[in-house]
Amino acid sequence: MKQATLRVFRGDSNSGQTVDYRVPVAPGMVVLDALHYIQGHLAPDLAVRWNCKAGKCGSCSAEVNGRPRLTCKTRMDDLPQDQPITVLPMKSFPRIKDLVTDVSWNYRVNRKIPPFQPREGVEWKISQLDVDRVQEFRKCIECFLCQNVCHVLREHDKKEQFAGPRFFVRVAGLEMHPLDGLSRAGLLKDQLGLGYCNITKCCTEVCPEEIHITDNAIIPLKERVVDEFYDPLTKLFRKMRGV
Amino acid sequence: MTANYETREHDVLIIGAGGAGLRAAIEALAQGASVGVVCKSLLGKAHTVMAEGGIAAAMANVDAADSWKTHFRDTMRGGKLLNNWRMAQLHAQESPDRVRELEQWGALFDRTESGDILQRAFGGHTFKRLCHVGDRTGLEMIRTLQDRGVQQGIDVYMECTSTRLLTDNGRVAGAFAYWRENGRFIVFKAKSIVIATGGIGKAWRVTSNSWEYTGDGMALAYEAGAELMDMEFVQFHPTGMVWPPGVQGILVTEAVRGEGGILRNKAGERFMEKYDPKRMELSTRDVVARSIYTEVKKGRGTEHGGAYLDISHKPAEYVKKKLPSMYHQFKELADVDITKGPMEVGPTCHYVMGGIRVDAETAQSTVPGLFAAGEAAAGLHGANRLGGNSLSDLLVFGRRAGLAAAQHAKRSSTPSVDNAQIEQAEKELLAPFSNSGTESPYAVHRDLQEVMQNLVGIFRTDEDLKKALAELAKLKSRAAKLSVEGSRLFNPGWHLSYDLKAMLIVSEAVTHSALARTESRGAHSRIDHPSVDPVWEKKHNVIIRESGGMSRRELPIEPMPEELKQILAAESD
Repeated sequence: MKQATLRVFRGDSNSGQTVDYRVPVAPGMVVLDALHYIQGHLAPDLAVRWNCKAGKCGSCSAEVNGRPRLTCKTRMDDLPQDQPITVLPMKSFPRIKDLVTDVSWNYRVNRKIPPFQPREGVEWKISQLDVDRVQEFRKCIECFLCQNVCHVLREHDKKEQFAGPRFFVRVAGLEMHPLDGLSRAGLLKDQLGLGYCNITKCCTEVCPEEIHITDNAIIPLKERVVDEFYDPLTKLFRKMRGV
Repeated sequence: MTANYETREHDVLIIGAGGAGLRAAIEALAQGASVGVVCKSLLGKAHTVMAEGGIAAAMANVDAADSWKTHFRDTMRGGKLLNNWRMAQLHAQESPDRVRELEQWGALFDRTESGDILQRAFGGHTFKRLCHVGDRTGLEMIRTLQDRGVQQGIDVYMECTSTRLLTDNGRVAGAFAYWRENGRFIVFKAKSIVIATGGIGKAWRVTSNSWEYTGDGMALAYEAGAELMDMEFVQFHPTGMVWPPGVQGILVTEAVRGEGGILRNKAGERFMEKYDPKRMELSTRDVVARSIYTEVKKGRGTEHGGAYLDISHKPAEYVKKKLPSMYHQFKELADVDITKGPMEVGPTCHYVMGGIRVDAETAQSTVPGLFAAGEAAAGLHGANRLGGNSLSDLLVFGRRAGLAAAQHAKRSSTPSVDNAQIEQAEKELLAPFSNSGTESPYAVHRDLQEVMQNLVGIFRTDEDLKKALAELAKLKSRAAKLSVEGSRLFNPGWHLSYDLKAMLIVSEAVTHSALARTESRGAHSRIDHPSVDPVWEKKHNVIIRESGGMSRRELPIEPMPEELKQILAAESD
């Protein structure tokens, strides 16, 4: 059987280094299979998060050969096997152990977002077109790869000021829900730090669900914030009404 | 001595954060209880997230003739009459309201022309009944529930594993758990506990289940004195992926057949014509799984030992829209474009109909204060579950469990936790670090999966099942000599050591029950007893812990009220 070398980060929050493991490569094998092989045969305490192993739960995110990926969807035969395949934890989150990072910050950000609130007296009739329009945002599996690559978080660590692409996608899914009656524009501007995003589209590139995060979620939300807070006519109108 | 654990207190503690656990939490909170939810993974990663096909509810949006009565009848017939009829009735009556509620909390489903929730056909359902959103219904459901729960104020303990229920004079008093991240201990005090931990599929080699489905909730309940019922009924989903090897067992949604997918063997024959000419591909899961298995055994399987499932006769755009995740799954993992050619599929261990025996109205087990809902509980599905009845089960009985657990907590005084039980739980959990043993938990797990796969699979015999019991006894003694490397910091080998104990308990319960039931019914097929036995139609197998070990008894089924008998016997309403 063919063999490959996996160069995997081993360590905790303080220190660590990569360690090489030789694994047999079966047809169709994915990187997560290789990590399971290492756990089962070579390093039983190798820490890896995973659940569905089918690209549906978003648990097994890591950086494979420098690229943020779901390891369950990264085929070994798509990677050059004449050199070691490096597998590192997501860089933007504090390390716990090996490939497992502390992603709890994301769950704290999510708490800030007011949930769906139906408009008063709404009739529960929706057209399929409206469902299709928001579907894209609602298929997010919370793998946090977009959070991991966003330079506002990765290079500048603005976790206190900036919610990150995942949560702009979530807000878009709520704001564009056909029956939702709440505006989250103020929240986007003041608490979620939408203005920090300078639309470099790194998030869109790594999304395993192929959500057009920048074009379809972030830019329309930026427009909403502009309409609500910076539009001269609206501003004038507000002034006149004293709000 | 200072305690080497932290302590938390809740009126209601819920173990498991899939659909049932979250729905229970929301309801208990609405009743004014303080609620803690403990889950082994991150929030939102439970198996509910993978549910694809839809939620069965007789809303009659597409087929106006549908009603709870037809749904009740379909469920009972699909379950080969072994279902708890009261649960089947409540489920059929309440699921439409549970779906509407989900919609009011923000879930979005696909729509009909007139703007109502769209419903699709599924195996064993007379009418188009499954509310869905493409093939990612479970994701929509779990996000809706998790956001609702979090906003309402549940406390979530993520990546935390419960290893023992604490009792106070026979009633529930709390749970002992550890944080997976750092291995530290935590003791929960609670007046009521809801087990919503899902299934047991990880005990088989070919399974659609993730690492979490080790039967740990059932094992916790069993050890606390609760009863496990109908454990012989394990559902093998007819369509899992078979190739390449790494993806073997991953689920291929029944929605493929619901949308018109056709099964064929190597020779191109549409073989369901032989096994169920009336319902064909949309026969019940037990029948389709056995049909595929039989075709393969008779040498008519595909190159990699499965059957062909073909949806490519439908327009490519339609397939991509209605089955988007299937399209991507096959394209990325198997290099197959399902809009152009067939998939290769075969049975995969998917679901257990059996579980903790509970009261139909309250979801309470035989242990006071201990409740169970969802896959961890027995009763609703009888000998075979219909597709789509699982998500509705989670909502209907999750809500009922949460309600009853909160009411029970209101009536109860604060129980006291027993230090001796805590110390014993600590000792047991840490044993693999100090054992002189040499057994690897991974190796024991692999061997367990082989035993269950080969001897307690789709078709069973007396000889195989007895052999399985002997093998399980050997595995148990090996499991007593586990040794783990490394520290308590996020250590999967150590985590598996406890999961293994739970898997061995439920595997033994399945095998004992399967050996006793000398008939074939629903998902339980005995080659040596190929027909239905009317005597066994009247009783359940119940597994209980006694001082000498696991013991089995038979529990007569309660007679069905006349009114339900008539509904069941009718051909339509």
